[in-house]
Amino acid sequence: MYDYLWLIPFFPLVGFVFNGLFGKKIRNEAVIGGIGTLMIFLSFLVSCGNFYALLQDSEKVHQRVIASWMSVGDLQVDWGFLLDPLSALMILIITGVGTLIHLYSIGYMHGETGFYRFFAYLNLFCFSMLMLVLGNNALVMFVGWEGVGLCSYLLIGYYFEKKSAGDAAKKAFVVNRIGDFGFLCGLLTLFWALGNKGVWTINFVEIAENAHLLESGGLIVTVVTLAFFLGACGKSAQIPLFTWLPDAMEGPTPVSALIHAATMVTAGVYMIGRMNGLFAMAPDTMMTIAVVGACTALFAATIGLAQNDIKRVLAYSTVSQLGYMFLAMGVGAFTAGIFHLMTHAFFKACLFLGSGSVIHGMHHGYHHAHLKDDPQDMRNMGGLRKKMPITFWTFLLSTIAIAGIPLFSGFFSKDEILWWSFGSNRGHWLLWLVGAVAAGMTAFYMFRLVFMTFFGEQRTDPRAKDHIPESGLTITIPLMVLAALAVVGGYIGIPAILGGANHIKQFLDPVFGKAIALNQIEAHGTHALEYSLMAVSVGIAVFGIFLAWVMYVKNPALPARFVASFPGLWKAVFNKWYIDELYDAVFVNNCKRIGTFLWKGFDVRIVDGIVNGTAWVVKGIGSGLRYTQTGFLHNYAMGMVVGVVVIVGYYILGK
Amino acid sequence: MISVYHYLILSAIIFSIGTFGVLTRKNAIVIFMCIELMLNSVNLTFIALSRHLQNMDGQIFVFFVMAVAAAEAAVGLALMIAFYRNRESIDTDDFNMLKW
Repeated sequence: MYDYLWLIPFFPLVGFVFNGLFGKKIRNEAVIGGIGTLMIFLSFLVSCGNFYALLQDSEKVHQRVIASWMSVGDLQVDWGFLLDPLSALMILIITGVGTLIHLYSIGYMHGETGFYRFFAYLNLFCFSMLMLVLGNNALVMFVGWEGVGLCSYLLIGYYFEKKSAGDAAKKAFVVNRIGDFGFLCGLLTLFWALGNKGVWTINFVEIAENAHLLESGGLIVTVVTLAFFLGACGKSAQIPLFTWLPDAMEGPTPVSALIHAATMVTAGVYMIGRMNGLFAMAPDTMMTIAVVGACTALFAATIGLAQNDIKRVLAYSTVSQLGYMFLAMGVGAFTAGIFHLMTHAFFKACLFLGSGSVIHGMHHGYHHAHLKDDPQDMRNMGGLRKKMPITFWTFLLSTIAIAGIPLFSGFFSKDEILWWSFGSNRGHWLLWLVGAVAAGMTAFYMFRLVFMTFFGEQRTDPRAKDHIPESGLTITIPLMVLAALAVVGGYIGIPAILGGANHIKQFLDPVFGKAIALNQIEAHGTHALEYSLMAVSVGIAVFGIFLAWVMYVKNPALPARFVASFPGLWKAVFNKWYIDELYDAVFVNNCKRIGTFLWKGFDVRIVDGIVNGTAWVVKGIGSGLRYTQTGFLHNYAMGMVVGVVVIVGYYILGK
Repeated sequence: MISVYHYLILSAIIFSIGTFGVLTRKNAIVIFMCIELMLNSVNLTFIALSRHLQNMDGQIFVFFVMAVAAAEAAVGLALMIAFYRNRESIDTDDFNMLKW
């Protein structure tokens, strides 16, 4: 089965080439969308086959090389694929969620002029993402890493005729470049450091085998992992590089669901998981990751409290949840991080697709009434639960999951992270506290969103309110599947303390077990402590939900009074703590200033000056010499005679 | 007795007259005739020295020079007619179209 591994990225590539080349001619949405969806579904089937084979197999790490890429001295780089429990889980998430979102897009993108373009990009994205997770060496991963960045750019800028979309796409690309720079620095330093020890390799398996050659906790390991972490920060929208993700919501909603929630943004988490051997050796880096993750989780959650755009709330929620994953990675809970990555992919994809369904309906209503109101503004919604029952129920289930209510998937993964951040010897109670507070905020803003959208009075313009339909089957089927996964997805990771077998921990043990054992990372504490922490975090979440209910259902006048009593605080939160403005002032404008100087000062004056100066000198000499060309025959004849006389005179007198 | 020196001096005088004419005259036909003078003075030198040295090479050269001079006369006169058709003049001061 492993010999067919290359088919997994190959199918989406075929879809991309087909739709990219012929989509414009075909025009038939059923054919274009069908091919795109079919291709990713085929690769899902192959992924399932490989996953099943891996489950049965006692040998858990398989590499398949399809071609040699370059061979220089001792360095051999292949187009090779690596299947181990980590990548097997990732390809299942990518192709599974990807299939559902492709299916959803057929309905959601219906009638768009760039329909074929959308599906071509979406398939290209799936191809790149699969290369990223399946690559058996860092260069193939980097190809995928850059590929997903490109697709993100293309899809954020899908409505490129809108200036804000173009700007958001550029912002995402530029911010990601900063991260990519870190990735490359880390990769080259690692290559050089291992090479100095006699091992020239960038193969992940060989890196893991030879990681012990580097000094544990030493400078090199710390620098390398910090550089990689910078790369992860860019891709996964962590402080300080998170500002691009909320703006990325300019793209169509399925893109937000697939790329900017479920898969691409988790690439940073995956990369840390892939190199866990190195990261576990650098406690300082781990501490940095944990602190950055916790801060991001809290910080993004605070911004999410006050946003009115339905997708923007979800975007900040995504940043916040990614912060949790990094917190997990930082405290050594690699399994919990990947577990949360998976459950988050389910419920956040469902939430985004649900919000897309709502926007679709609102747009339909406004279109019917010929209104230009913003279909994404929650202040225009309310009471939609009767209009869109399927969307409402799936959305509610996913919201409960993300809020961390017991028995739903988010509870298991989030609680595992919180427990490790408290109990791990790489953790700290402060990290737990920050995480728990952020969990409460998550519950609050998510239920605020639900209450504002689906409950209470319908605030939509009266002319449009009766024309908001439930979305079609291609939209609701993915919603239902994802909601089901969001409910039950957590059962593969029920911790031992709750009587579960924690299957995912055992499954991922071949990847993470060695590094955890070598570096003696462990979480310890009594069962009573674990139970009480669990109770506290659930209590905080329930309190958050209760608060949201009080403020947005029971007494809807309360938020306005709150805003009136703390106008400064509310304004700061509503304007995202002015981070964008700060970055503009500190980095963007200064970079522009340097660019302007290099353009007008250096390029125009010095570079162009040298070129134009040379031409000016030549021109001056020429205009001086041209006076010798009188045009009078006599002058030329005279010149000849004088010349002959001089030459003859020289020979006669000189001899 | 007329020696070879007399021929050479005569030849030098004719050559100088020709050169002077080329440099001072503005009428293209006169310049042309002056060039013929220069060519023929050279011919005279060839013949004189050929006889003086008892060597036939110089006389053969003279034939070449005369042939070339004839060809040159044909081309030169044709040029002048062509030029006259354009400018209605054969004054060399009007030959200035290649000036800056």
